[in-house]
Amino acid sequence: MPRLNAQTLPSWVAVLLFVAMFAAGSFAYRGFFSGQVLLNLLIDNAFLLVVAIGMTFVILSGGIDLSVGSVVALTTMLLAWGVERAHLSPWLLVPLLLAGGALYGAAMGWIVQRFEIPAFIVTLAGMFFARGLCYLVSIDSIAITDPVLAGWSQARLPVGPMGEVSPGVVVAAVALAAAVWLAHGTPFGRTVYAIGGNERSALLMGLPVARTRIAVYAISGLCAALGGVLFGTYTLSGYGLHAQGLELDAIAATVIGGALLTGGVGYVAGTVTGVLMLGVIQTLIMFDGTLSSWWTRIAIGALLGLFCVLQRAIELLQRARPAAPPAPGGARLDPSPHPR
Amino acid sequence: MNRARLAALTRSPQFWPLAVLAALLAVNGLFNPGFFSLAWRDGHLYGALVDILNRAAPLMTVALGMTVVIATRGIDISVGAVVAIAAAVAASLIGGKLVIVDGQQIHAPSVAMPLALLAALAAAALCGLFNGVLVASVGIQPIIATLILMVAGRGIAQLITGGQIITIYHPPYFFIGAGHLLGLPFALWLVAALLALMAWLKHRTALGLFIQASGGNPAAARLSGINARGLLIAVYAFCGLTAGIAGLMISSNVKSADGNNAGQLLELDAILAVTLGGTSLLGGRFSLRGSVLGALIIQTLTTSIYSLGVPPEVNLVVKAVVVFAVCLVQSPELRSWLTKRRVAA
Repeated sequence: MPRLNAQTLPSWVAVLLFVAMFAAGSFAYRGFFSGQVLLNLLIDNAFLLVVAIGMTFVILSGGIDLSVGSVVALTTMLLAWGVERAHLSPWLLVPLLLAGGALYGAAMGWIVQRFEIPAFIVTLAGMFFARGLCYLVSIDSIAITDPVLAGWSQARLPVGPMGEVSPGVVVAAVALAAAVWLAHGTPFGRTVYAIGGNERSALLMGLPVARTRIAVYAISGLCAALGGVLFGTYTLSGYGLHAQGLELDAIAATVIGGALLTGGVGYVAGTVTGVLMLGVIQTLIMFDGTLSSWWTRIAIGALLGLFCVLQRAIELLQRARPAAPPAPGGARLDPSPHPR
Repeated sequence: MNRARLAALTRSPQFWPLAVLAALLAVNGLFNPGFFSLAWRDGHLYGALVDILNRAAPLMTVALGMTVVIATRGIDISVGAVVAIAAAVAASLIGGKLVIVDGQQIHAPSVAMPLALLAALAAAALCGLFNGVLVASVGIQPIIATLILMVAGRGIAQLITGGQIITIYHPPYFFIGAGHLLGLPFALWLVAALLALMAWLKHRTALGLFIQASGGNPAAARLSGINARGLLIAVYAFCGLTAGIAGLMISSNVKSADGNNAGQLLELDAILAVTLGGTSLLGGRFSLRGSVLGALIIQTLTTSIYSLGVPPEVNLVVKAVVVFAVCLVQSPELRSWLTKRRVAA
């Protein structure tokens, strides 16, 4: 568990705010305070969590991936087309889709790395491309009636006295555990942080920058494909208009969870808080019943603004206060964690 | 032409965008013999070329504003949402009611049109100001600062329109997006005026130099006495204003304001237009002409896809491939890679 310090403070504030919002909902609305409402947050947002985990790696490395929403849509489309039109077994199709997502991400990562084109532009082209491919598969929505996938969609696993969760939540939890291990327990994870902190230093230290960057985008692609499989089974349909703007939600969740978009700062676990926060806003507005849906977007935007200002304030406070008393005649160390 | 002159030509910043645009137009001309023909009818100039220019007007407007933001090493991904907000403000103010006078339906606007236009532009500039303050005074990275408004903006637009698509009935309002002046679409005159104003500011005043300096090397610019903070805020406010103008053009053209869909993906198209035009996302030198060219490439591509009978679904795929190809061609990395290969072979 990360200790409380200036860099983890936004993550902890996010946790506190989530608890406060959940408590407020419990006082304001009947039936809000229940284990199942909490678990429903996970069931409804499992796909977003998986996508946001992939995004966290990209953001930690100092990049950005705008293609995730489209890759989710393309995956639902191919999943629906595969089981309904081509009559493939989901057991064969899902691994293929995951591999395809990873490959798609790796290709974008390779272009970013090899030709030094900004990630923003490359993944933007990737976004258009994947969304366009959706419509080449089919313009209309394809309903999924495959018994295996329908079974996954309906299945519920009991979690003690709290209630039950869908298999998607279990998948998301496993993905989360793997991501936490990868980010905080492996040399690969350290390299991702190093690239995000200062790419040139990472290169000079002899870290495998090129390989790691490509792998980061591959992970994001893999997570997006997995998110797409979860989304497809959750909604039991494939559609080119699915998951529009999902990349924004994923980025917002990552930032609310405490990651800096300059890279190198943040926690994979923080992203969970970010996703839950987005979920609880939606649940609050749903429970209220009188608020229109657009308040969700305004609330998420306001929250995002709040956290950006908070992060910035902490950064400035840190800079104003020297890390150590300046040695007489010696140069003061710059406590700023960012080179720019 | 000798080799050196050809090399110098291909290195000119506008060469590749122009080449791509020319190629796109040539393909259109090949498949559609009437493509380049222009006709004068009812005092208006008609033709596929005029149509492309007219349809590209909102994108060109936003791309011009985006260019100066990108020149300061920033980015504004909220312009699509600002377009929706400006359109919502104008439409809700001018919406009014249909009243029947002497058995004829006449539209009565709730607010005088100049006031509504002013309010819409002010709202858009305010959005830009908000972005500018977040970037320059609070010090948040531009992409995140403008992400806030990108996420919240469509919610705000829907709040203004009450979640409805507001239809506009006031005929004078349609002039902005669909009217003609001296035979050409009025929106084009607006773009031309904006381009002329910006070019004048860039080349005849120190402003262009200040912007390039603060994007090229922010620290050096500050040390040389440029008021970087004020400049940044002004640049973002200006970008918001151009998005507002585009919002008026779009809502006037489709005679309605849709908080959810007006200006959808416009921010991405605008950034693309700027990049295609040869302005680096890393800031510094910028090209206004290039951005206009970039916007025209995007619109020509869309129009050709429709007119060539390619299924519209392919639009996004083709767009992705063209974007990618143009970025790749402009990438110095690719050139050095290719030259190395040639030397090795």
